[in-house]
Amino acid sequence: MIKVRGLTKSFGGQPVLRGVDLDVPDGSITVIIGRSGGGKSVFLKHLLGLLRPDSGEVMINGTDITHLGSRAMDEVRQHYGVVFQGGALFDSLTCFDNVAFPLREKTELGPDEIAKRVEQRLEQVGLAGVGAKYPAEISGGMRKRVAIARALVTEPEIVFFDEPTTGLDPVLVNTIHRLILTLHRAYGFTAVMVSHEIPEIFELADTVAMLHEGRIVAVGPPAAIQGSPNPVVQQFIRGEPELKA
Amino acid sequence: MAEPAVPVVVRPFEIIGRRTIELIEVLGRFGSFFLLALVSMVTPPFKTRAFVDRLHYIGYRSLLIIILTGAFTGMVLGLQVSLTLSRFGSEAFLGPAVALSLIRELGPVLAALMVTGRAGSALTAEIGIMRITEQIDALTVMALSPFRYLVTPSILAGIVTFPLMTALFDVVGIFGGYLVGVKLLGLSEGTYFGEMRTFVDLHDVMTGFWKSLSFGAIVTWVATYKGFYVGHGAEGVARATTQAVVLASVLILVWDYFMGSILP
Repeated sequence: MIKVRGLTKSFGGQPVLRGVDLDVPDGSITVIIGRSGGGKSVFLKHLLGLLRPDSGEVMINGTDITHLGSRAMDEVRQHYGVVFQGGALFDSLTCFDNVAFPLREKTELGPDEIAKRVEQRLEQVGLAGVGAKYPAEISGGMRKRVAIARALVTEPEIVFFDEPTTGLDPVLVNTIHRLILTLHRAYGFTAVMVSHEIPEIFELADTVAMLHEGRIVAVGPPAAIQGSPNPVVQQFIRGEPELKA
Repeated sequence: MAEPAVPVVVRPFEIIGRRTIELIEVLGRFGSFFLLALVSMVTPPFKTRAFVDRLHYIGYRSLLIIILTGAFTGMVLGLQVSLTLSRFGSEAFLGPAVALSLIRELGPVLAALMVTGRAGSALTAEIGIMRITEQIDALTVMALSPFRYLVTPSILAGIVTFPLMTALFDVVGIFGGYLVGVKLLGLSEGTYFGEMRTFVDLHDVMTGFWKSLSFGAIVTWVATYKGFYVGHGAEGVARATTQAVVLASVLILVWDYFMGSILP
């Protein structure tokens, strides 16, 4: 269970998060939506322990991670898988080695077992046979899928997706979403996703939270968000341009 | 609440104070970065594979440039020192003059500057690109220390490879001087190497060794630091790379003077 309470963060006196509260139940898919610059990535970095808040709590399975030292934070991160916006694959490693990397570095598994698991993950994301290629040799959509395979290879309890479909065509967006849903059903991880993909994410999410000007302005099941009376929510999901006074 | 406006007469002091605090912060971060790297060097887990990769990257791939610059430095020294010594009728001392210049001073400094240009800049750019493409964050959230994979192996490889490359630079340079002094200008081979053996002792070699070892630490420290704390985007990487080369080159010369004044 992820529980966030009163999270605030400012950069150079400019508030980005102004008291974020959010609950993410175990085994659910929670999608955070909101306009660019609304603080979604900053919020995600707090959940990952990459940023420390000015105030507030981030409880991961009952532990407030905002005050943890690096070693204790690493213990929490043992349960994490992260898919970064650009994939964040290591350029110098092949796709196979990228997926194998967490297993080689964090487990005592032998090379045969590692190879078996990596091949299995690559197959699950539809990339069997591309293990020998380097990230620069494959397309953007394939890179995202390799990143998903790498994030899931250690079978983490919580998987964070930072805009996993940005820059992809609509067919690939749906392919990646379907893939995430299939893997979620297979492994039952808790997923926290930052996404702009409206309306596609409504088919994927158990809970949708809208972050606007540093606060969660609406949270609930997709149907409730789609029917929200909040004009900010409606404006965002309809993609209406902002009206200037 | 907004801070009260600073009176005009106080503003220069405020600016100086703010800049001083910023400078102290940067120096503190720079120092603690090196300290953390040193701690990672002596505490497990050790990343041997990453260290060997860095040896190859910083050392092996700089060999050609070291041999080339070493040879021409020695040849220029042979020519110029020979001309100078001939005015005093002391051509016999060409060997020790070339060797001492290279071993004590030019070898460590020029080898370090060459490796800064080739490997230091590439190191900053590589780590900087890893930062802006979130590869460093990816390591962090895997509960793996980016320091152990990127910084510590680079600094350790610098400490190991710089003395070796300096030694190579010195040897090639001495033979470059030999080529000009003996083969071109007609000095006897026995005089060139014989006088060298008389005048060059272990202190000179150790002076060059300690210099090159510290240059190895300085160059890789600066290069990895600048890459690690790179700004935003391609422009940030470009700026960090330039800053790393300039800062490392200046520090090499400043540190060279300091080492030269304290070593025998």
